[in-house]
Amino acid sequence: MRGNHILGEAAIRAGCRFYFGYPITPQNEVSEYMSERLSKIEGGVFIQAESEIASIHMVIGASMAGGRVMTSSSGPGISLKQEGISFLSGLELPAVIVNMTRGGPGMGNIAPAQSDYFQATRGGGHGDYRTIVLAPNSCQELADLTYKAFDLADNYRIPVIILGDGMLGQIMEPVELPPEIPIKKLPHKDWILSGAKGRPSRVIHSLYLDTNKAEEHNWKLMRKYEKISKEEVRWEGIFLEDAKMIVVAFGIAARIAKGAIKRIREEGFKVGLFRPITLWPFPYQPLKEMTKKVKSFFVFELNMGQMVEDVKIGLEGNGEVYFYGRPGGVVPTPLEISRVISSQYYKKKL
Amino acid sequence: MKKIFSRPKSIKKAIFHYCPGCGHSIIHRLIGEVIDEMNLQEIIIGIPPAGCAVLAYNYFDIDMGEASHGRAAALATGMKRALPDRVIFTYQGDGDIAAIGTAETIHAASRGENITTIFVNNGVYGMTGGQMAPTSILGQTTTTSPGGRKEKRDGFPIKLSEMLAIANGSAYIERTAVNSPANILKTKKAIAKAFRVQIQNLGFSLVEILSPCPTNWKMSPPEAWKWIDDVMSLQYPLGVIKDITEGR
Repeated sequence: MRGNHILGEAAIRAGCRFYFGYPITPQNEVSEYMSERLSKIEGGVFIQAESEIASIHMVIGASMAGGRVMTSSSGPGISLKQEGISFLSGLELPAVIVNMTRGGPGMGNIAPAQSDYFQATRGGGHGDYRTIVLAPNSCQELADLTYKAFDLADNYRIPVIILGDGMLGQIMEPVELPPEIPIKKLPHKDWILSGAKGRPSRVIHSLYLDTNKAEEHNWKLMRKYEKISKEEVRWEGIFLEDAKMIVVAFGIAARIAKGAIKRIREEGFKVGLFRPITLWPFPYQPLKEMTKKVKSFFVFELNMGQMVEDVKIGLEGNGEVYFYGRPGGVVPTPLEISRVISSQYYKKKL
Repeated sequence: MKKIFSRPKSIKKAIFHYCPGCGHSIIHRLIGEVIDEMNLQEIIIGIPPAGCAVLAYNYFDIDMGEASHGRAAALATGMKRALPDRVIFTYQGDGDIAAIGTAETIHAASRGENITTIFVNNGVYGMTGGQMAPTSILGQTTTTSPGGRKEKRDGFPIKLSEMLAIANGSAYIERTAVNSPANILKTKKAIAKAFRVQIQNLGFSLVEILSPCPTNWKMSPPEAWKWIDDVMSLQYPLGVIKDITEGR
């Protein structure tokens, strides 16, 4: 199956019954898949909205009503959704938002990029907030993380962003799909709006005119973010045992890096790969652990250098960081990356 | 002694923050009375706007979910599709619905969403201090149209309800006012009808209510009531604009 179709199927199997989208390349297959699939499921709702702004607010409405809900877009469309993502955060509503990132800024192009890292991991909209950001690097992981994203969103009442890229959405790989969850088995939500029948009326709001109450609301969010930072960090390490240099990369860049590392390890270069799977919370602590044995870090991203800032925060000055990036939708080959890594390895006399 | 008038059950015992003479208080009460009389309290969900009425959720004793500025119709769409057997209404001011939320509103009407919109038109941005609204009439002085609204500089006022009536998905649109006992009663009837249209799944329903804002109009409440009759309702004529239930 194609990445974008896998994403849709995994969402439906996770109990997603509401999808609100707006066309933008390179993620249209998600909408197309959801429109087909949801029309055949009882209670399934698909709307092609008039804009990304409308679609994210439809997400808010369905989420308030207790549904598992998803929207997807790319770069420029995600910028438009930021208003709603800030509201989802302030209103403490679960939702899954997919960004199959394309080259930017502005219109940019429709080629794969990782230039929305800052936007995804630093909130993106107005106000103090974080969203969980998951960065799959294969179709299997896309299926697994999409499935997981709905649980994370519900558990923490938080928007979860799946940060893919144009390539991940388009590639075709065999996958083992997770089992379908019956809607009735989904966890009960005791906060939703459904009409005040047999209970006091409920209000879901993010407005706090009293600054003390607004501050308390912000601290409450902060405590939630701290809990997530402790419990939900995910990362993967490959070839780390004997590594003298560690490449840090996420998503499709990590996949290219893995190919490059395999190639040069055959020639004797002791290079490992550290791949953050959650971009927020970022695996700061596990990365710092690496500095006990390794001092050279090579960050590779499909942008001008965004995650590299988190790498530096994580290392806390323990280790040298070299950055290599290809922005604008350029996807280098493993051969190109292997050459840059090995030349840096030589320079450092490792 | 027999009690013949009291607070509607679906309105909380709270002190409204609205200015003296403001139409929101009357409109809240009317919605509350209709909810009680139609026995909707347990199945209705309200979407308050950004604007003066944002705190409506403190006043209605029903489930309510806040929308950001202009997005109420989209939010209500998502909610109604998830809960098709509930009654969903948005409560929006003129800036909210006729400027920043124009696209959301027109498309919700065009899709024929079974939601009801209470559109409170007072021709100014009240909450932010009386700036020119899309519905401010020509010649109306506001903090951002000093010397009066001029079409060359500020454009013409928008008649959103008439625009929405063109949409195939809209079922019932009426413009009323709350500037006299007779108009207040008509407004209540229109709200009840709009909810009935929704319950019958006939499509999008909207009641536009010309509502006094004495504070920002810099008038006394009686002057504001008179201004609606003498000036505002000439630009926005009262009456039914669309009703597909006619003759049914």
